[in-house]
Amino acid sequence: MPKPLVTIIGKTVKNIAKIRGGGSALPGLVVEHIDPDFIKRTLATLPYGVVVISGTNGKTTTTKMVVELLEGQGLKVFTNKTGSNFTRGVAAALLGSINLKGQLNADIAVLELDEAHAVHFVNKIPPRYSLILNVMRDQLDRFGEIDYTSNLLRQVAMATTDTVVLNREDSRIANIAKSLNNQKINFFGLDDSLLHLFPSDDNLHSKTTKTKNSAKADVVLSKFTSNSATFIIDKQKINTKLNLTGIYNIFNAAAALTLVMAIVGDKINKSNLINSLSNVKPAFGRGEKLLVNNKLLELVLVKNPSGFRLGLSSFSPSGYITMIAINDDYADGRDMSWLWDVDFSSLAKLGVKQVSGVRAYDMALRLQYDSVPVKFVNQNIKKALKQFINSAPKTPKRIYCTYTAMLAIRHELSKITKVEVIG
Amino acid sequence: MNDKLITILNLYSHDMNIYGDYGNVLTLKRRLEWYGYKPQVIEYNRGDIFPDNIDIIVGGGGQDSGQNLIQSDLLLIGPKLNKLANDGMPMLVICGLYQLFGKFFKTANNEMIEGINILDIETYGKSERLIGNIVTHSQQFGDIVGYENHSGQTFLGHHVMPLGKVRIGAGNNTTDISEGARFKNVIGSYMHGSLLPKNPAIADFLIREAVIRKYGKFTDKTIDNHYTELARKVAIKRPR
Repeated sequence: MPKPLVTIIGKTVKNIAKIRGGGSALPGLVVEHIDPDFIKRTLATLPYGVVVISGTNGKTTTTKMVVELLEGQGLKVFTNKTGSNFTRGVAAALLGSINLKGQLNADIAVLELDEAHAVHFVNKIPPRYSLILNVMRDQLDRFGEIDYTSNLLRQVAMATTDTVVLNREDSRIANIAKSLNNQKINFFGLDDSLLHLFPSDDNLHSKTTKTKNSAKADVVLSKFTSNSATFIIDKQKINTKLNLTGIYNIFNAAAALTLVMAIVGDKINKSNLINSLSNVKPAFGRGEKLLVNNKLLELVLVKNPSGFRLGLSSFSPSGYITMIAINDDYADGRDMSWLWDVDFSSLAKLGVKQVSGVRAYDMALRLQYDSVPVKFVNQNIKKALKQFINSAPKTPKRIYCTYTAMLAIRHELSKITKVEVIG
Repeated sequence: MNDKLITILNLYSHDMNIYGDYGNVLTLKRRLEWYGYKPQVIEYNRGDIFPDNIDIIVGGGGQDSGQNLIQSDLLLIGPKLNKLANDGMPMLVICGLYQLFGKFFKTANNEMIEGINILDIETYGKSERLIGNIVTHSQQFGDIVGYENHSGQTFLGHHVMPLGKVRIGAGNNTTDISEGARFKNVIGSYMHGSLLPKNPAIADFLIREAVIRKYGKFTDKTIDNHYTELARKVAIKRPR
């Protein structure tokens, strides 16, 4: 089939899907089917090549950071913004950005890819750069074991042609370096004083503290507060204000800085770099702040034990009322066991106002065993959200929610009150 | 006075803890408190001295790599565990430790991993992974509700009883309808992610046996199982 025709068909399906309110991946699926080399051919033209970002926690926000940091350096960036982090999501995003000749007007592609899809993707299109954030127990119902997931990420690193950026503090990720012969390897890391804030799944229930990793890191997060951070870059201390919240997002900022410095090289404009970073706002649902009845409502996406733990340690419950919504759809993970690897005792003093979601009673049971008082339990997210908001209209609110619960909550918020995104 | 003290041993908490099995320890601990006892949790890990004066043993599932790490140490303490099991000590072992409490685990590559032979079971590694919500039934405990995620398939010998009969899900293997195994007061199961919180009948069985062994009698109390009951009801109806 002639190439422009594929583009036209794809774009048409995309427009129709948009009118129907359909999913973001459908047009990509159609194009992939008609012309399997579509993505490869289109991306091959980019002067700075392709960047793949993968790992279990924080891909979306980190990708957003990398894109904005690169744009701050004057690069035109293509990314799969729709959050459809599968190959066909990439094809769908490409369709929206190319002209009818099939050309992509960009310098570089920065793609967030889910671990399993990343492997398929890099087998077809070896990226010039990759960033591997972390590997936590997540979706074990899909992948079986963490060691299996880290092996997928190893394959992504091995397929990379130029530079691989790795998390020095996650032993499974740092170990990937041993399998790399032809790539440059750059690490991002934490100051020793912060290591205890990031327990791995392995030392979660043990008293042993993490052992220090001696590899040199390009960027080290040395300190942070609720709205600022200090990074050490080339032995230089750099302080910056941040719009990002959550210690995991702030650590991933070190990852984004390391990657962008590797891509741009000596030409980097450091003051622009830090300036861009200070302006990055969290991605949708990742510590996102909304206004409901003129009061703050924060959405914190939780999808695995480490993410939930880091969320609980990032945000103090005082001054807030708290809701937790747990679903168990495929995108959330069917297995509820992860809730038992999260310590909820920090919520014990103020309690949880509302528990909701399909697995609301699993969550309430979990809280009972950590002696956390629960006020209301209602599986119905719509009703629970209403009750939660009405129970204390004048108090700031925070909702911890799984992925599909977050989608439902945002949907309801947009109906029952004016939802203004204040970033 | 250490009157009412009950000591729970968390077996290989460093290497075998990946599937939320900590909830089993927490459930025993809290319910013992609610029954008016004084629980104490101690850990046993590779190279430690095996403690005396324990009342309940709990061990979880791990990565295959975790299982390889602990295997030689487990063989060293195997005789002690065997004696305790034969003496009637209540024990709960999940997934990886369930397999290693048996005779052997033969991996998909035909590698033999020797177990400590408390449970008369044999496990064979398969390529298919059995993953999903599971409901079984036992005469003693009623419906047992949980989640399984394993590639080893276990077959029971004559000296053990199944913990339950599978109603929804796979269980020990894809051939028969058994799930888990019991020998004296030792319970093995593939239901990870904290079997005990949603199955308090099993938790209370372990507690009662431990208390009676130590103090001769157990004083029952009513515990609030409201959320437990509702969580079980929901779990039973969820897709696999």
